[in-house]
Amino acid sequence: MSFAVGLRCRECGTTYPAEARYSCDMCFGPLEVAYDLDAAKGVVTRERIASGPSSIWRYADLLPDHGGEPVDLGAGWTPLRRADRLAAEIGVKELWLKDDTRNPTGSFKDRVVSCALSSARRLGFTTAACASTGNLATSVAAHAAALGWPSVTVIPADLEKSKVAMTAIFGGTVLAVDGNYDDVNRLCAELVDSHPDWAFANVNLRAYYAEGSKTLAFEIAEQLGWRFPAQVLAPIASGSQLTKIAKGFREFLELGLVEGDLPIMFGAQAAGCSPVATALADGTNVIRPVKPNTIARSLAIGNPADGPYAIDEMRLSGGDCGSVSDQEVLDSIAQLARTEGVFAETAGGVVIASLKQLVERGTLDRNKPIVAIISGHGLKTLDAIVDTAVPTAVISPKLADAEAALARHHQLEAAL
Amino acid sequence: MSVTVRLPSQLRTLVGGAGEVVVEATTVREAIAAVEALHPGLAARVLDDAGELRRFVNVFVADEDVRFLDGLNTILTAGAVVSLVPAVAGG
Repeated sequence: MSFAVGLRCRECGTTYPAEARYSCDMCFGPLEVAYDLDAAKGVVTRERIASGPSSIWRYADLLPDHGGEPVDLGAGWTPLRRADRLAAEIGVKELWLKDDTRNPTGSFKDRVVSCALSSARRLGFTTAACASTGNLATSVAAHAAALGWPSVTVIPADLEKSKVAMTAIFGGTVLAVDGNYDDVNRLCAELVDSHPDWAFANVNLRAYYAEGSKTLAFEIAEQLGWRFPAQVLAPIASGSQLTKIAKGFREFLELGLVEGDLPIMFGAQAAGCSPVATALADGTNVIRPVKPNTIARSLAIGNPADGPYAIDEMRLSGGDCGSVSDQEVLDSIAQLARTEGVFAETAGGVVIASLKQLVERGTLDRNKPIVAIISGHGLKTLDAIVDTAVPTAVISPKLADAEAALARHHQLEAAL
Repeated sequence: MSVTVRLPSQLRTLVGGAGEVVVEATTVREAIAAVEALHPGLAARVLDDAGELRRFVNVFVADEDVRFLDGLNTILTAGAVVSLVPAVAGG
């Protein structure tokens, strides 16, 4: 049973019923789902959560009302893996990976889409839509297919081929826009006016959608044995995920489910699109939009709507934000795969490269536990690595050829 | 000169339901003031107490975010379209 009671503006506090509404009528501020945490206290217990399903819906009490049955492909309850080999290479004591590559469509977006479309169905919508840098479009198309709903997903035309294919295969309408994500986003803000009967996951359903990211925090705390990690590092695109992770930790603290200090929040951006890192470093939370230019397309939002809140979370907790080059991203994807057997998309490379940068800078404490969010699977961004991740040798099916190639490779390795 | 100001659904009740208002203006600031003069209440929703754009309002002129141009002082040419669009998150 959901303890959600309605919507509330983050900026001015105006409250609204739990309906499809994407910004405050008074000030355009973003709306958040509000909960009656006093009523939830003592009812929502560790035991109650632990007896729930192995998906984000074990936390249904603290998510928007799904109206009886959630729209669910099995998002969430992904592994939290100790990463000792990578930790040793980087020189940190205790590193954990929240492996969200393991979601139904390969990214954390399944969490938010499951929330958004559950609310959409409850509110009477029958068409799913979104503005996306790729992963969201894939997840919306998949969940809509499972529901038997039509979908309309809007993406930048120059996305990775694999992300376009992974979206189109589900059979919905895919609009590839000649422009960047910020152009797509703006178009969708206008489309929602002409198609008010479409449920845009991250526009008119945005308040419900965003709540799904809290489940990253809930799972991390539960999987650590109902403890908070000292430090959390998350990728930043719109800033929504990091903001909601912090909100999730606070709700667990407020409900008495976990005790102790809240985690210090750290962010990760690509240098080719780092408006949040720049504003944080400049000591402001007024974000100057940028034109993105990075291989980390899933993070390429030049005008991040929740950026100011992500900055507040990092600054007030004593955190910091990385800004890393595309080459560092590629190197880090390979390093993560080589040391831990986890194949991440470019956003994961941004996170691991930022981890190294922030440890080097001294803002991330190498002696305290760190949880890094790996938000999407490497198969989604094959374009980025397909030229460097190649066979060691191409040979004929003859033993002598194989032995010769192995010997050559062995010599090369020894020389390095 | 005449310019067109396009409004999101949240602001249309203020102007009697219309999605667009045509006004005389040479800058974005003047365009907002001109709509305010016709339909009082709009400016307070779009501008903060200091008269600057609210954090969650984006303004586009000829498809360009005015934060990349001259902000509220961005010059408008005849027939320009000024779009007020609430910021939305995503990814």
